Amino acid sequence: MSNKPKQDKDTLIDIEFYRSIGLLITAVSVILISIIIFFFYIAFKDDIEFHEARAAQNKQAIVLEEDDFDKVENGIHVATGLAYDDNFQVVRSACVTCHSAQLIIQNRATKEGWLEIIRWMQATQGLADLGDKEPQILDYLAKHYAPKETGRRPNLDMASIEWYTLSLD
Amino acid sequence: MKRPKEIKKTGNSSEERNERSRALMQGRRRFLKNSSLSAIQLAIGAHLLNGSSSLNLNQHAQLKSLLSQIEGKHPGMRVLNDRPINAETPAHLLKDLVTPADLFFVRNNGLVPTNINADTWKLTIDGEAVSRTKTYALQELKTRFENVRYQITLECGGNGRQEFNPPAKGNQWTVGAVGCAEWTGVRLRDVLEDVGIKNNAVYIGYHGADLHLSGDPNKEVISRGVPIEKAMEPETIIAWAMNGEDLPVLNGYPLRLVIGGYPASCSGKWLTGISVRDRIHDGSKMGGQSYRVPCKPVAPGSKVADEDMCIIEQMPVKSLITYPKTGATIKLGDTLPIKGHAWAGERNVQTMALSIDFGKTWQPCNLTKAVNKFAWQHFEGKLKFPDKGYYEVWAKATDDKGESQPMLLPGWNPRGYLNNACHRIAVKVI
Ligand code: HEC
Repeated sequence: MSNKPKQDKDTLIDIEFYRSIGLLITAVSVILISIIIFFFYIAFKDDIEFHEARAAQNKQAIVLEEDDFDKVENGIHVATGLAYDDNFQVVRSACVTCHSAQLIIQNRATKEGWLEIIRWMQATQGLADLGDKEPQILDYLAKHYAPKETGRRPNLDMASIEWYTLSLD
Repeated sequence: MKRPKEIKKTGNSSEERNERSRALMQGRRRFLKNSSLSAIQLAIGAHLLNGSSSLNLNQHAQLKSLLSQIEGKHPGMRVLNDRPINAETPAHLLKDLVTPADLFFVRNNGLVPTNINADTWKLTIDGEAVSRTKTYALQELKTRFENVRYQITLECGGNGRQEFNPPAKGNQWTVGAVGCAEWTGVRLRDVLEDVGIKNNAVYIGYHGADLHLSGDPNKEVISRGVPIEKAMEPETIIAWAMNGEDLPVLNGYPLRLVIGGYPASCSGKWLTGISVRDRIHDGSKMGGQSYRVPCKPVAPGSKVADEDMCIIEQMPVKSLITYPKTGATIKLGDTLPIKGHAWAGERNVQTMALSIDFGKTWQPCNLTKAVNKFAWQHFEGKLKFPDKGYYEVWAKATDDKGESQPMLLPGWNPRGYLNNACHRIAVKVI
């Protein structure tokens, strides 16, 4: 009688012992695996970000390539990004030979300002005389790419801000 | 491609880790970069030869998408122009202490040279003020002179141009035409001393292998330089590596100048020659209004005659918030960490301050010392917000001569250089 409970207790201890060993092993493996995953994440985080961004960009690029050569959307010629009107073709053939239209689109100037830019390119960058096309080109540039009054410091461009939640816990 | 030989590093360990993982990535992308870039150049070259009046625009769109994949640049870069390639880094992607190669901005004035061969690359030193003209093979430069490694901040003189009013012509850089990489090379001084310079030396001017956009092979795209004293500074180097790797093609592979504290246009890329001049160098984009500001302050929109424009030398004190990205929405009660970099031409940044009330009050924040002269410094602060609502975090650096960044635009100038107004980000507290 006196042995039995003892035996039971021993078995119990054994079971408990093995159970805790088991638990310990499980816990240790979980921790180890998490650490490994964490290191992998750290090591390839940039790559993941890179590939995500790249995928998004490719999607955009494909959309662009499928677009029509002369497609116009909301008054913008899609392939060049230039504003579309009667003078567009003249500007397209005179102004996107050396550099892309992006350089034009980024800039803002009055008619005199645009004339100055053209004279500068003619004097130093090998731009040919624009002949009787010059007035048309100047009208086009001054109409679509005129300066905006922004004061001594513009506001942050609210439309371009992508709001996101930053959790700091 | 040759790897630069191992030499002692000056960076700290976190940067090293950073660099190692970047190097891994770069290795993977290098093949792509080298093979496709030449394809693009071929396409552009063929177009020039055909003499057609405008680039087939479908082709253009395709080139554009292709370009974004071959430059060896991060897809998050903002491309201002694809021909010539000009791209800046959004502020939040400049978070690394040392800017990785794929995040280093690109300011090209012409076309990237084709058929670059580092094994046969040569650098010729000539000019009115050398005792003899001398040519070095790239390999000879690497082995003959002491190799040095510095972190040097390069910033385009036109960084921030986009905010000027009336607008200034040129690429409309916002804040990201700046980066601080670790460059490996030899001191220009050592090379010039080996050649022998005469005491009539006033200026140096560089020559590069890039091609003019008009396709005219006799037109030099850009050939700028610095006063001889600046050229002889110990940190003025001829570099072949960025962060321990060959320079990216878009950043001047296989050889470039790196000159801290001056507009980055002084740090010529695809370097083939240096002329030691007995006068102020008169190469392309040294004269006229390029990289010049009015000698005397002018009212916004003024016309300034060429002879009243002075060459930009030292760049002004400036800083950039790189964390968090603008547009963060946080909870009331949160403490918002702020991180970024600050630099000050040839000076040191002394203090850094942050404001969440448009300059009514400023709170100082932590600022590290520069690893070496011309390396940018890093700041870190913590901000609490008093209530829910819309805020802007403004950052202001002050240099060791007491000059601070203005909150409004600094002096207007016709070409829109030297905008060092405080950087700011938008934050919403809910
Ligand atoms: C013969 C070649 C050529 C043609 C054609 C040409 N440009 Fe340019 N343009 C240049 C070069 C070279 C630059 C300088 C690019 C740089 O520095 O990145 C330039 C710069 C510009 C700039 C920026 C100004 C600046 O100071 O950097 C604008 C705006 C511009 N061009 C508009 C035009 C317009 C409008 C036309 C059509 C009338 C045109 N370009 C046609 C060669 C050309």
